[in-house]
Amino acid sequence: MRALLSMQTALHRELEKLLGAENVLTQSEELRLYEYDGSVEHAHPDCIVFPGGRDDVVRVMEFANDHGVPLVGRGAGTGLSGGALAREGGIVVVFSRMNRILEIDAENQRAVVQPGVVNWDVSQAAKSCGLHFAPDPSSQRACTIGGNILENAGGPHTLAYGVTANHVLGLELVLPDGSVARIGGKAAETPGYDLTSLLVGSEGTLALVTEATLRLLRLPEAIATLLAVFDAVDDATRTVADITARGITPAACEMLDGWTLRAVEEWIHAGYPMDSAAVLLLEVDGLREAVGPHADEIAEVCFANHAREVRRARDEAERNLLWKGRKNAFGAVGRLSPTYYVQDGVIPRSKLPETLRRIAEIGREMGFEIGNIFHAGDGNLHPIILFDGRDPLQFQRAVATADKIIEHCVAVGGAITGEHGVGMEKDRLMPLLFNNADLALMTGMRDAFNPRHLLNPGKIFPSGKGCGEIHVRPLPSTAAKNA
Amino acid sequence: MSGSPKISQSRLAYVVGDVNCSAESEDLADYAVDGMRPAAVAKPVSEEEAAELVRYAVAEKLAVIPRGAGTKVAMGIPPRQYDLAIDVSRMNGLVAYDPGDLTVSVKAGMRLRDLQAILAPHRQQLPLAVSFASSATVGGTLASGVDSPLRQLYGTAKDFVLGMEFITGEGVITKSGGRVVKNVTGYDLHKLLIGSMGTLGIITRVNFKTFPMPAEQRGFVASFSSLTRALTMLRRIAESPLALDTLEIVDARLAKIISRDMPAGSERFFPAEWTLLAGFSGRGEVLERYARDLTRFAEEGRADACHVLEESERAIVWARLSEAMSLLLEASPAVTIVKIATVPSESGKILENLREIAERHALPTAMLVRAAGVIYFALLPATNDALCIEHSARACREMFEGAECGKYHAVIQWCPLQLKSRLNIWGSVNQDFALMQKVKSVFDPHGVFSPGRFVGGL
Repeated sequence: MRALLSMQTALHRELEKLLGAENVLTQSEELRLYEYDGSVEHAHPDCIVFPGGRDDVVRVMEFANDHGVPLVGRGAGTGLSGGALAREGGIVVVFSRMNRILEIDAENQRAVVQPGVVNWDVSQAAKSCGLHFAPDPSSQRACTIGGNILENAGGPHTLAYGVTANHVLGLELVLPDGSVARIGGKAAETPGYDLTSLLVGSEGTLALVTEATLRLLRLPEAIATLLAVFDAVDDATRTVADITARGITPAACEMLDGWTLRAVEEWIHAGYPMDSAAVLLLEVDGLREAVGPHADEIAEVCFANHAREVRRARDEAERNLLWKGRKNAFGAVGRLSPTYYVQDGVIPRSKLPETLRRIAEIGREMGFEIGNIFHAGDGNLHPIILFDGRDPLQFQRAVATADKIIEHCVAVGGAITGEHGVGMEKDRLMPLLFNNADLALMTGMRDAFNPRHLLNPGKIFPSGKGCGEIHVRPLPSTAAKNA
Repeated sequence: MSGSPKISQSRLAYVVGDVNCSAESEDLADYAVDGMRPAAVAKPVSEEEAAELVRYAVAEKLAVIPRGAGTKVAMGIPPRQYDLAIDVSRMNGLVAYDPGDLTVSVKAGMRLRDLQAILAPHRQQLPLAVSFASSATVGGTLASGVDSPLRQLYGTAKDFVLGMEFITGEGVITKSGGRVVKNVTGYDLHKLLIGSMGTLGIITRVNFKTFPMPAEQRGFVASFSSLTRALTMLRRIAESPLALDTLEIVDARLAKIISRDMPAGSERFFPAEWTLLAGFSGRGEVLERYARDLTRFAEEGRADACHVLEESERAIVWARLSEAMSLLLEASPAVTIVKIATVPSESGKILENLREIAERHALPTAMLVRAAGVIYFALLPATNDALCIEHSARACREMFEGAECGKYHAVIQWCPLQLKSRLNIWGSVNQDFALMQKVKSVFDPHGVFSPGRFVGGL
């Protein structure tokens, strides 16, 4: 496939004719910008196009079909599993021009948006109506709705409000054969199979999204944000397990271990005590009358598990500062190491204490410092493995370390990815969770939608290729990554 | 079609054992679907047995209808073919329950009531307060895609089903999703089975997220003489910070039906034409806040009366409200229940329109409005004679005309069999139908499951 696709100049010219020369990139220095996303993966595209609307997307899809060229959709490129990378070369369809919010329907709590709209902008547009779009990945100021939908993005507040799948009601799709379909819609439900649920989280392998109908939630009347400080990681993880077991559902429950919180504190100065072993960032929201007692109840569980201190944000500024530390954590880590590997395994929450101990053990065995900052409340881990990207052997070892962690997650009843997606990073790990029959039905579905595998080829499903194919990112990562 | 010579009972017996299969007509009567009896019924005890039965059906070109308790089997188009009923009620065990993780995994033949009983001692629940609660199975509840009053706060099953195991139309045991509360590994194929009416596969195991039982629960009812006022209050609540677990409006006839067997005095909750029912939970000051705000909204919205229901009263009224579908089905000899999905802002216009249609055809009706955007509209003719059926058919046709203008989505969930031959109960297909056909062909390439029962004859 690759050989075919040092895409000939003639094909470039044809695309320029279809979309306008200003909406097509073909120079290798321009293409390089699209070789990466937020993951450690890397793949070289042959051409970048910027469609201005659905009809442009149809044209590009038809072009790809006519010429047998692979094609991959891309939002802001903040993804963490290589979902938006052109693994087999071809065209990357970047949705940055399709960034209009078409409608905020306050009465029905719906938003209709184009896929290139930034997540944060939806909530900003809905704010004056007292509404917001609940999924809040840490990259929410950059990442786009199209990417959120196809990766089924999460975020800290999905603990109480659910992931992207719980907030998408309808989609307009361009299918791999170039046809357009509308599925779901503004109404509570539509007759027939729930196609929207199939498409959300399909990692861009079934169709491209050209419009989305989203559910908006009412902004809470009151919020309380707590920072609980612990002298032992075990105490923090037990607190999380206890909060869950007691049936308390905070809006968010995030954990930073000592190593990570120090990295963050040195940069952000969020007020995390430098000498602590772990902090929990906890939030409750709802009615004024509910939030106080709810927060007290959580503080009680923290103290029962030997919290050294539980601090409640006194105002919006203090709350924002506490969250700034969490949301910029990966940027802070990037200052310490040019290259790091973030895993995304999920475990049952009751298994948190033993899992964090196991991660530390694996780090010692493999000779890596592993930081932990994660969505503790729903058991979604993000171990960060620091390595030197210039050393391919070290990279291989970092991947092996991450695999050991994932194997542990699966062994205790968990999953290999909670919100980042499988992409081209974990395809080879799919057999840990799914047998051949499970995978056959999934690939059968992929083949029914995408029979020629031109749309986002080489993703999700094991290809039989080894991980030797994974490339080390040569440049220091500077931008904050989402988590 | 019944008495299919293709079925070998000894073959079924080989798979499930003599006592767990039958071709006797008295046994098969219970498994009739829209008047059509299968040639045999088999009751597998494991997914392996179920898978083997499906493979046998594929080889012999038999049509299979998966079956739980059979409470909703009258939903759907009459099957094109029906040879074998696969009854999953013996597959009813608990697979795993981790109260500390708020997750549970059960076999699909477990009755919903039994599952709730497992969760209750841990003060947990599954937010599926559906009709037929005493006998409905987990698998049947999900496959039929029914909703419940708790939809307001918890959403529908797809929002809390974490994963499933099912038998495909090739007789292969397959799974998707998982058992943890957050997971994006692979396609969420299991969500397609929710509401698929048994046309994609046999659900054999379901993993759920469970929810803490609320500390204390209360109900609130407000009665209005005009629908507009009731809907105005509904909107007022939607725009407030109150997070209700139930928010519905019922008309006078439905109020009468659900309050029929309630203790004396309950009728005072439903004095006027329209009644808004709101459920809320919490403790202490939170409960007071809900009661205070709702009472104020009702007074300002000129309700004829309003009441806060203490737990004992709430439990009685809500149990009946949850059973609205089963109660409606008993309310006339020829019940038709239409389910309309819309956006909340359209509810008023649609309800007026539906009322006009019913009046034109002189049909008694009952209505249930879920604030999330679902309306159940029941036609309750006094008799099941040809004239009443004709009136119902005409009313439904007019209702579908409204749907075709794009105002709402309508399906006929329940109706007399005579109506099914005259109407397309799922409405006409949309342009997403080609994708649905793809989905069907992937799950069930030989068309073994419930042929012809779903949208567009899927």
